[in-house]
Amino acid sequence: MSDSVKDKVIAIIAEQAVLEPSDVKLDSTLEDLGIDSLGLVESIFAIEEAFDIQVPFNANDPSESEFDISSIAAIVRAVEGLVADQKA
Amino acid sequence: MKRVVITGQGTINALGHNVPATLAAFREGRCGIGEIDIRDVERLSIRIGGQVTGYEPEDHFNRQQIALYDRFTQFTLMAAREAIMQSGLEFCDELSHEAGVVLGTSGGGMTTLDENYRSVFEEGKNRVHPFVVPKLMNNAAASHVSMTYNLRGPSFTVATACASSNHAMGQAFHLIRSGISRVIVTGGSESMLCFGGIKAWEGLRVMSKDACRPFSANRNGMVQGEGAAVFVFEEYDHARARGAEILAEVVGFAMTADASDIVMPSRQGAARAIAGALRDAKLAPTDVGYINAHGTGTTANDKTECAAVADVFGAHADRLMISSTKSMHGHLIGGTGAVELLACIMALKDGVIAPTIGYEEPDPECMLDVVPNEAREAQVDVVLSNAFAFGGLNAVLALRRA
Repeated sequence: MSDSVKDKVIAIIAEQAVLEPSDVKLDSTLEDLGIDSLGLVESIFAIEEAFDIQVPFNANDPSESEFDISSIAAIVRAVEGLVADQKA
Repeated sequence: MKRVVITGQGTINALGHNVPATLAAFREGRCGIGEIDIRDVERLSIRIGGQVTGYEPEDHFNRQQIALYDRFTQFTLMAAREAIMQSGLEFCDELSHEAGVVLGTSGGGMTTLDENYRSVFEEGKNRVHPFVVPKLMNNAAASHVSMTYNLRGPSFTVATACASSNHAMGQAFHLIRSGISRVIVTGGSESMLCFGGIKAWEGLRVMSKDACRPFSANRNGMVQGEGAAVFVFEEYDHARARGAEILAEVVGFAMTADASDIVMPSRQGAARAIAGALRDAKLAPTDVGYINAHGTGTTANDKTECAAVADVFGAHADRLMISSTKSMHGHLIGGTGAVELLACIMALKDGVIAPTIGYEEPDPECMLDVVPNEAREAQVDVVLSNAFAFGGLNAVLALRRA
């Protein structure tokens, strides 16, 4: 888990949740952090902008998306994968 | 049928950020129109407007709200807060289930549209912010008022161009008069002073480059404004029972369609709406002391409107007062009737008639008492508010002193 991706993702999530980055733990869920459905799509938009990637996420049924949002760690791993795919 | 009264009013517009500041400007005949400050203004040939100045969203809304509220929604919420606070109403239990929000707007979230077209077409971006749709939709303002104040009854947005607010307030009047609801929050909002909004109006070639001078022989077109006004319409017995201050009573409303031209106004269509409002209110023409004119400052509107007033009022047309406050706050398009209702209520409640400023030369086709340049003290018992929209859709409200 690279620090740069992790730190950026946590910064985006923290801003969305109006928390300090230190309050966002890797095992936190979006629900724990009080991020609702609009907050989630806004976070995904911010992630796409920050890393210049396309996140395969469909808000109609988030659990069926390829993009794992079950925890902050899962989101960081998914973003790392997308960033790596883009470089490849 | 139930009686309908107004128990709260709020606004933000080029003349002030609240009702007292706006009424003070009406009394002073102060002009809120000036050079506009927006992105790419140098590409516009029209560079004046009634812009809301000294307004910082951060002073009123948090970051998440600003991300979700277009400027027209922000204006609406500012005005709604003032109006509902004045009314003293709290919406809970049964009242919250019937109280609703009916607002007018023409362009909705035009700034949001403008910014996002710019980002995809001009900057070539292929990704837009996820809130574009919930920000720009015409009903966003009504929905946010409903959510903020727990208003769960009939709520919707009316879009009839320059008559949107009057049509909206007419619907609010009908909802209460018919017994469907005891309280409706109503009015309108517009925020079209963005590059695309002004550029579109430029195309029509009806805009003035220097001032809005309704009814004056040297008038040369309209000037856009922006802002919102919101009112609390309440069923009379409900207001009385809780000891609310009644600002004015809404007594009549009529709507007509010209069915003739998409931009040119019709004397008959306007006259039928004015006469219809009087008939609905069971008033005689001689009861009316003041008309807040549509008075856009275009050649076509002002002479057509004066002719329609002469048709309906006959000899009394020369005795009543008729002024256009658009000369001060500009034409707020879908929000204009709402801001103008503030002048109607001021006339009834305070006995002060807001002037038509910028009036320089009499026009033989507009020879009514337009209250030129200076406000006037006069006691009036009944007032009308005219709105005649592009598309030939007319809406006139009648109000009586409380």
